[in-house]
Amino acid sequence: MKTASRLERVFDEGHFAVTTECGPPRGSDPEVIRKKGELLRGSVDAINVTDNQTSVVRMASIASCAILKEMGLEPIVQMVTRDRNRISLQSDILGAAGLGLNAILCLSGDHQTFGDDPDAKNVFDIDSIQLIELVKMMRDEGKFPSGKEIQGPPNLFIGAACNPFAEPFEIRPIRLAKKVDAGVQFIQTQCIYNLDRFEKFMDEVRKLGLHEQVKILAGVTPLKSAGMAKFMKKNVAGMDIPDDVIQRMADTPKEEQAAKGIEICVESIERLRKVEGVAGAHIMAIEWEKMVPVIAEKAGLLPRPDISVPSD
Amino acid sequence: MIMGEQKPLEVILGMLAPYDKIVLAGCHGCVTVCRAGGAKEVEILASSLRLAREAEGRPLEIKEVTLERQCDPEYLEPMRPYLEDYQAVLSIACGAGIQFVAEKYTSTVVLPGLDTTFIGVTEKQGLWVERCQACGDCVLHLTGGICPVARCSKSLFNGPCGGTTTDGRCEVDKEIPCGWMMIIERLRSLNQLENYRKNLPMKSWKTSRDGGPRRIAREDLME
Amino acid sequence: MILKAFEKGADGVMVVGCLEGDCHYLSGNLRARARVGRVADVLDTIGMGGERVAMYNLSAGEGNKFALFATEMVDKIRSLGPSPVNVARKSRKQAPAQEEK
Ligand code: SF4
Ligand code: SF4
Repeated sequence: MKTASRLERVFDEGHFAVTTECGPPRGSDPEVIRKKGELLRGSVDAINVTDNQTSVVRMASIASCAILKEMGLEPIVQMVTRDRNRISLQSDILGAAGLGLNAILCLSGDHQTFGDDPDAKNVFDIDSIQLIELVKMMRDEGKFPSGKEIQGPPNLFIGAACNPFAEPFEIRPIRLAKKVDAGVQFIQTQCIYNLDRFEKFMDEVRKLGLHEQVKILAGVTPLKSAGMAKFMKKNVAGMDIPDDVIQRMADTPKEEQAAKGIEICVESIERLRKVEGVAGAHIMAIEWEKMVPVIAEKAGLLPRPDISVPSD
Repeated sequence: MIMGEQKPLEVILGMLAPYDKIVLAGCHGCVTVCRAGGAKEVEILASSLRLAREAEGRPLEIKEVTLERQCDPEYLEPMRPYLEDYQAVLSIACGAGIQFVAEKYTSTVVLPGLDTTFIGVTEKQGLWVERCQACGDCVLHLTGGICPVARCSKSLFNGPCGGTTTDGRCEVDKEIPCGWMMIIERLRSLNQLENYRKNLPMKSWKTSRDGGPRRIAREDLME
Repeated sequence: MILKAFEKGADGVMVVGCLEGDCHYLSGNLRARARVGRVADVLDTIGMGGERVAMYNLSAGEGNKFALFATEMVDKIRSLGPSPVNVARKSRKQAPAQEEK
């Protein structure tokens, strides 16, 4: 069954898709999210809104998505299982669809110890793979896990994340296969800096035939400075930044490092685009959203296809 | 085995402030093995408390006892004759033992001297680590004998998450080996990776912590 | 055991063990040092001062050194004065006497 997701249409029409993500405000002012939305208008096909990423409290992803939707943009609601049990998840899935959102990204979420409330009790009633199964069951079977029928099933395009760079490497393609079994339709990967290793990962993915069953968007993040590169390599679990990338940044004078970061990001997209099985790019420019149109432009990804999604 | 750790001395002294005649009760069960609530710990804690209170000029009289087990009714009975003479019992058994003392002696104030922490093993002398969260529906046959509930920081059933570090540690803490990394390695060496390939369905937590106190009733053993 | 000594009225306790790496019971002396550390923590918490307990390592033939360590310890405890417990006990003993007057 087809959803009303613009992203799904972009894939169906054979385009190389572009998505991005933005973080909601740490407050209740909707202008913050509107401004970010405005910056991104026209340069991407869909916009993820994070769900209390790194366990730092922000405006609800669903609410922020509704604000973007109001502006005529195409949001993807992120949903983590860290904070909700299956009752709350089912209810939020219905709520997201009810607000006219068309796509969902199913995640387990960063552990609460990373955020401002390490004393919180986590939930993890189910994991990300089980969440994919849950959304799929609700949508395709029109049933709750209890077996009861849903009046008006949620018609959501189902996505998930994948980190090709976390240990154990050999298991990562298999874990992706598990997500495909669960019913995932698109994947956004962790930021890719080590392209050689990503290509190896994709070799395995193709061997398993997964690229034909799921649309894979290669994740990229522009580095702002050599310092940021070093920090991320050291502090972000499962982040692989090769030394030569860091060297390239460090060899650039400070004032030009940001431009260098954009250049590296654009080069990466160009190379990733050629990898068989990569169906799009997911540009994550954390608190640097204004660079997304620049990167999309330089990487030759503009204009975005004009797709008129039937309003439901 | 059930693990515990003595509460900080200041905290215990705070709880004891209103009293000057108490029973300090240890347990020869689990908490003896993890060196937190056995006869030896009773002796040391009693000395420390007495010294502290003497220095304050408010001596504390302590009757030191260590029961066979505080979680079995018959072993609690011997306390009855003398309990009347004391104002409170400070128990350094696990939470179950402490509660059972309170339940048995309803007119006595019972205070916890121990923080009960987890079900675990002695990895080596002086190091105890959690292994089981008593979920009530064991899945170890599917996960190579390594528990996803207790040993993955997010209790994932289809891990590992994207946070495993290059040296196989959990994103939460470098001290924690990633439970799922261990599960996969174990399955591989057992030639059981096909267990991993299948998605484990949503777990029923009905048997776990959420339904009020759980019980096991064995008719064949009841009198 | 160390704490008992303080209860009995000691103002300081000196623990003497064999040389490190030379223990007849392999690592008994190392564990003893760790335990002395724990006792010092307890003494600190209850306001007696962790300095009142110390561990020294000696081999059997080091009589001179022993004497030296002992003097050092005694000097240290002297400078610390009587333990708060002993101070409290003394004042309590005196208090009733005053009441009798
Ligand atoms: S699966 Fe459940 S019962 Fe088995 S070890 Fe883990 S927590 Fe304990
Ligand atoms: S890193 Fe491993 S142990 Fe930690 S939460 Fe992720 S899967 Fe679980």
